[in-house]
Amino acid sequence: MGTKEEAQGTLSSTDFGVAASAFILNWNTVCSSFPPWTWVLSHHQVEGYLSLENMLLSSTQEEHGELSCPGPGIHSHQEDPIDVDDATLVHTNPCKVHYYDLHIIYCNSYRVPVLYFRAYDSDGEPLEFDEIEKDLPAYSKKALSDSKWTFITQEEHPYLNRPWYKLHPCGTSEWMKLLFHADDALAKTGVAIELYLVAWLSVVGHVVGLRIPFEMMKQL
Amino acid sequence: MEEAQKYVWEGAIPLQIHLHESEVTTLPTPPPALILAPRIGYLPLLVPQIKPHFSNALPPGSPDTVWFDYNGLPLKWYIPTGVLFDLLCAEPERPWNLTVHFRGYPSNILVPCEGEDSVKWSFINSLKEAAYIINGNCKNVMNMSQPDQVELWRSVLNGNLEAYVRISSKLKLGTVGDEYADGGGQGQVKTGRVPVRLYVWSVSEDFDDLEDAPQIDSWDKISYINRPVEIHGEEGNYFTLQDAVKSILPEYFPNKSSTNEESSRDEDENEQTVPSEEGEKYLSENVESCYPSDNVEIKLVRIQGIEPKMEIPFSWVVKKLTNPEHYLHICVCLKVPQVL
Repeated sequence: MGTKEEAQGTLSSTDFGVAASAFILNWNTVCSSFPPWTWVLSHHQVEGYLSLENMLLSSTQEEHGELSCPGPGIHSHQEDPIDVDDATLVHTNPCKVHYYDLHIIYCNSYRVPVLYFRAYDSDGEPLEFDEIEKDLPAYSKKALSDSKWTFITQEEHPYLNRPWYKLHPCGTSEWMKLLFHADDALAKTGVAIELYLVAWLSVVGHVVGLRIPFEMMKQL
Repeated sequence: MEEAQKYVWEGAIPLQIHLHESEVTTLPTPPPALILAPRIGYLPLLVPQIKPHFSNALPPGSPDTVWFDYNGLPLKWYIPTGVLFDLLCAEPERPWNLTVHFRGYPSNILVPCEGEDSVKWSFINSLKEAAYIINGNCKNVMNMSQPDQVELWRSVLNGNLEAYVRISSKLKLGTVGDEYADGGGQGQVKTGRVPVRLYVWSVSEDFDDLEDAPQIDSWDKISYINRPVEIHGEEGNYFTLQDAVKSILPEYFPNKSSTNEESSRDEDENEQTVPSEEGEKYLSENVESCYPSDNVEIKLVRIQGIEPKMEIPFSWVVKKLTNPEHYLHICVCLKVPQVL
């Protein structure tokens, strides 16, 4: 990642590929019990994006402050907790179980990654935004209502020709810039690209209630 | 004021709009509505003109959101009308026959639309994105005063070019310099990025007549590419429209000039590799294009209903043919070898 881009908090399309590669390895190592992130190619074979499917995220997760792991059967509604690594399966009412598909797609215009997501219940029925909003942590709900520029909107997925929810990229480079300047370790070791997505998702994921385990920041 | 800009703003598509048969409750069937739709406008903005025409025929009860289809293909409302026409009608159909629906909005396919507000929001957002591409930030758009924003939108809504130029010039979104001599001088080209939206459809068989071109019956047959074109000032007017289109289709036209990042080393296809020390290996950048470039042919390029010569300087195209949100929309038909 050129220092110019680093300074701006943006990254090139090629660097996104590098970052994605590192991210996948990192996540699949640290969070091996969770659904894996995979790299999906667009039909043009040049652009690709990161995909995480069937991730269990629900509103009670915030209390526990842990990632929820769906356990061996992704769509099973087991009531008893399953202990896997550091994560605990949250006791949830089966009806309130919400699954998310997350796609991280590179935006050529803003030169940053953008999060697209969709949510559905255990029957595979898509969730309306007001139901998704209930899942969001309190600070997101407040930010949504305060913000002049709505930052979660329904827009067309760049490749799939379907409406997905999208988190707006407009401010991304600003806070990525702050993140990288604030962390001496990142600046010194120069592994900015490889950690870009971990850093990015640790902020962005918060909006939808996805917490990134600290372990991932230590993996190099 | 730019003559070309006037022509673009005055460009319109004659539409013949039929009410979907499932929604007709009267006999005889209401005649279609004939509407002249501005090229730079959007279909939902025509609803105030269309609805009264059909209100007698509609079934009782409050209607859903309005949507349109062309030969069964639901139309994406946030794409300018002129672009939809250039893209979906290989052989221009005049008037263009569309079907309007007041019920049954296909929300699994189309993004929701709440009339004018949704279109306005989409427009402003595209403008913001264009501003970011051109200036590296979108402060100028975000800081627009409320009255300015309203006036800008109104000018687009009403096709008022004078008002538009007045407000938009405050935004400082010039990509090409304005030192034009009145006689077609080309002006200075700045180094930078130009907002472009490419709509690509591929055919594997040749056709002589556009009439014989295969029908687009699904959006999956079109690749939508939202990628800025990079211009280098030194190339000036030698950078042609053809160069520009090829530069944002590296999958079909691999870049001849190799930078360190994009040079064609032997890359394994689609392999997830751990970044090497130099951070050189990366996913999926199979720079060997899927098709050798001699086998891919640009069959058709349409912008604002025109098929410009590919040797025209790109800066001219940008200056003359962009839409009000500062995007250049280009419809491209590529002939590619049969994919086995």
